[in-house]
Amino acid sequence: MSQPFRGASGGRIERARQLSFTFDGRRYQGHAGDTLASALMANGVRIIARSQKYHRPRGILSAGAEEPNAVVQLGTGAGAEPNVRATEIELRDGLVAGSVNAWPSAAYDVGAVAGLLSPLLVAGFYYKTFMAPGGFWQSVYEPLIRRMAGLGRAPSGPDPDIYDHMHAHVDVLVAGGGPAGLAAAGAAARTGARVMLADEQTELGGSLLGGPRLIAGQPAPDWVAAMAGELAGCAEARILTRATVFGYYDHNWLGVLERRADRLGPSGTPGRSRERLWHVRAKQVVLATGAHERPLIFPGNDRPGVMLAGAAATYAHRYGVLAGRRAVIATNNDSAYGAALDLAAAGIQVLAIVDARWEAALKAHDTIQALGIERFAGAVIQGALGRRSVRGVRIVKLDGRGDAKEIACDLVLMSGGWSPAIHLFSQSGGRPAFDPGLGAFVPGVSHQAERSAGAAGGTMTLAGALGEGYAAGAKAAADAGFGDGRAPEAPHVDAEAGLGVAPLWPVPEPAGGSGQRGKAFVDFQADVTDADVRLAAREGFEAIEHMKRYTAAGLGTDQGKTGNVNAIALLSAALAKPIAAIGTTTFRPPYTPVAYGAMAGRNVGALLDPARVTPIHDWHASEGAVFEDVGQWKRPWYFPQGHEDMAGAVRRECLAVRNAVGVLDASTLGKIDIQGPDAGRFLDRVYTNLFSNLSLGRCRYGLMLKEDGMVMDDGVTTRLGPDHFLMTTTTGNAARVLDWLEEWLQTEWPELEVYCTSVTEQWATITIAGPKARDLLHDLAPDLALGKADFPFLAMREATVAGVPARVFRVSFTGEMSYEINVPASHGRGVWESVMAAGAAHGIAPFGTETMHVLRAEKGFIVVGHETDGTVTPLDLGMDWIVSKRKDFIGRRSLARADIIRPDRKQLVGLLPLDGQAVLPEGAQLVLEPRRAPPVPMIGHVTSSYWSATLGRGFALALVAGGRTRAGTVVYAPLESGIVAATITLPGFYDPDGHRLHD
Amino acid sequence: MLLIACPWCGPRDETEFRCGGEAHIARPKDPDALDDAAWADYLFMRRNPKGRHRERWVHAAGCRRWFNVERDTVSHVITAVYPMGKPPPGEGG
Repeated sequence: MSQPFRGASGGRIERARQLSFTFDGRRYQGHAGDTLASALMANGVRIIARSQKYHRPRGILSAGAEEPNAVVQLGTGAGAEPNVRATEIELRDGLVAGSVNAWPSAAYDVGAVAGLLSPLLVAGFYYKTFMAPGGFWQSVYEPLIRRMAGLGRAPSGPDPDIYDHMHAHVDVLVAGGGPAGLAAAGAAARTGARVMLADEQTELGGSLLGGPRLIAGQPAPDWVAAMAGELAGCAEARILTRATVFGYYDHNWLGVLERRADRLGPSGTPGRSRERLWHVRAKQVVLATGAHERPLIFPGNDRPGVMLAGAAATYAHRYGVLAGRRAVIATNNDSAYGAALDLAAAGIQVLAIVDARWEAALKAHDTIQALGIERFAGAVIQGALGRRSVRGVRIVKLDGRGDAKEIACDLVLMSGGWSPAIHLFSQSGGRPAFDPGLGAFVPGVSHQAERSAGAAGGTMTLAGALGEGYAAGAKAAADAGFGDGRAPEAPHVDAEAGLGVAPLWPVPEPAGGSGQRGKAFVDFQADVTDADVRLAAREGFEAIEHMKRYTAAGLGTDQGKTGNVNAIALLSAALAKPIAAIGTTTFRPPYTPVAYGAMAGRNVGALLDPARVTPIHDWHASEGAVFEDVGQWKRPWYFPQGHEDMAGAVRRECLAVRNAVGVLDASTLGKIDIQGPDAGRFLDRVYTNLFSNLSLGRCRYGLMLKEDGMVMDDGVTTRLGPDHFLMTTTTGNAARVLDWLEEWLQTEWPELEVYCTSVTEQWATITIAGPKARDLLHDLAPDLALGKADFPFLAMREATVAGVPARVFRVSFTGEMSYEINVPASHGRGVWESVMAAGAAHGIAPFGTETMHVLRAEKGFIVVGHETDGTVTPLDLGMDWIVSKRKDFIGRRSLARADIIRPDRKQLVGLLPLDGQAVLPEGAQLVLEPRRAPPVPMIGHVTSSYWSATLGRGFALALVAGGRTRAGTVVYAPLESGIVAATITLPGFYDPDGHRLHD
Repeated sequence: MLLIACPWCGPRDETEFRCGGEAHIARPKDPDALDDAAWADYLFMRRNPKGRHRERWVHAAGCRRWFNVERDTVSHVITAVYPMGKPPPGEGG
């Protein structure tokens, strides 16, 4: 038989549908309805993984999201997914999985020698063992530890799947579709409230799928089906299965991850999203997330074949799989007796129950006896025997009487009590409380509009879960405005005893023990033992959050779902303080890992960020322009011709502008239309210079500061009418400047009547620059008077250009005679082509941003973001001329602060390398004494640096401490390639008197 | 994710808004009358209370209006939303 541990009957699997899958390179068979874990178990595969630190063989501990051990790598290549819990992987035909922390396989792992080094790997080993010699950490220890501690391999390429984001607003969100959750969703939906029920499993039912319970005299699955059918019939109810509520955030906003189509199987449909991330805003939340069974702490409790009792029952009932043949059950509560009966009925030979208590519920006790199961009362497992798989246990009495007894078995089941899954409650900001009766933390004081029901709230009986579920659903609906809050009557279930938990934390060392007792694990995934927790306490890590970080307990991808309470209890014992005084760590989202792909959704690739293009973009592209990203804009960087490189293209473009005419697409410049009777007064306050006195049709350059006196933006603003201005901003700052203007208008000066409108995309801006610019414009606009007196520098004229109504601004950023032709965006491409056609006779060349930068730097013009970095004032830039002394403006008072008027602040200067061929790298630090022993004081840095075709040499702009007093001083840039010397000059290397602008 | 009741648009997700920091910091009428320390106090010094706090928010991806929010910095409970220029609730004016 191919699946030796598959029972002959039973389970919710489809026995007729056989599936084939591969684990660690070997082929196995399973059934539809299996998880990877249940299929591996059916095939008798015991070792699924190796532990993180010691590389100990590990098997399956649980049957759900809490699994710390059976974590695998799914798939290969770009579709690979690391760190997935085998207990949550739905089996599909052709599935490929492998172990994550072992080589070559989990069964035969070379890294297991780490176990021999275990004395070095105790709590805090990062901080102790790998200290000396210096430098070894980075070169030797860290790479070694990283390889040894690998938790899966990253996918080899971009995620091939698509993911969606969904948004939902609901009255009641129910997390968990077990008995309490189903009851809550049903009760809420009956009121007409909009209900969402999300459950992480493939089918509803939760714990009811793992046991033989009756509800209203019928098998529990019948009740589940009836409830699901009722919900499906409610127009306002939505059921999500395979959907994990992974995060509970502020103001009742929850994240739900819904798994829809697995990339691994043929059922994945092209074009269908693999996962959906739901953004849910809920008026009320019902947490019905169930409880996790706790392991017991004894040496060897991590051996494959040692697992949770409830999980074994689930494997038997839900999957028809026997976790072993001969079992010993260790417990501190009554739930294990039910599991014993279940497993015996399923065909596992239960040899013994080792109960740490002397008393057990009478009824359970009788049944056990009838089945011939030996009961050890007041006894514990002193150790599990076996290495690669458990082969027996040693049992001792807690009072030390009698001899230890060994029993051979291949399955050890632990039931250390149940911990409510309070993760979402904790994430919501609620404060957990310790319930000594349960030996677990339960939801305490709520912080948001939520309530817990069933096991999640600490109620461990089925009758209790149903009752609480109905009540919680009805109350939640009423609080959301639906129904009267009265709970429907819960169906009848047979009475059950409580758990009767007698907390049992570490298994005590027997009297006269040797001390060589082996490792007893608290946190299986992080490989933390009881000794580690005690060591942390001895070394002073007494606060629970400190102990957690020092030992790494709870830091794994499972977030210590099974180990958390045990670790806290051990710390409590070590410090002799009650558990309630120790408290619990804060659970943080996500409850189970969420793939980056799901978080990104469709915001990937070209959709990550919008690309903005000008109306002339296609022309640039067809001419072979190389583009540069400026903010979200695509701007032509340079236009190479033939085999020209960038330097060659820029040199040619620069000379064309200086000697003939060039044309630049400046449509990306920010343009803000500012209107209103107070517009002039407003501009006086936001610019350092005056604008209210600007004449109609004239333009003025303006500098904007933040209130701390630092330069924020610059641009030219033009008066279009008495109450009407057009402001331009730098390309990258357009949105920020509009925000800035609106903020001041609304928050500080609401009495000003001013309206700001972004018109950046309404206009195409075509800048022609060069000595032939006037002739070219004349060809395009023959009716426009262009004489020096008719259309002076810094004036605006409305005209018909190339047959299109245009605003023409005579401004210049290049130092040449220049006209910015603004036409409605829809005419941009046509006018551009007319400019090119008419410009041919004048030797026109299109130029890009690089040439623009070279030309403006030759003039000593700043670029915000190059010459400024948020620490530069207008005085630092030598722009005192633009700072008005006659009015207040944003940032003015700061310019008088003591630190701002220090003479040794960094000031803008020019630099000319002594070697005329040298071009300094931007960002290069400048020093006065390059050969001095370090530390060498740095007096400044290069902000812009280019080769100037016009000057025939390299040149730069720089910010240098007290720079303006250092003209003629030689400074040095120590570079990897050698030291470059340069002379400090005033900024501005070309036409310093501006004759070419004003002509 | 906070749910913020924009006075003009109603309750919307936090991602539509931007926080502008502490509210009720008026720009001095006559900055020249302030010494450097007093000016620095206006410029840089902000309260960072644990508990009730008043902030300015703007509905940046909505109506683009600024308004005041009273928020508990520990619990994130929003206790009041009120227009610019108005005093905090319960403080007259």
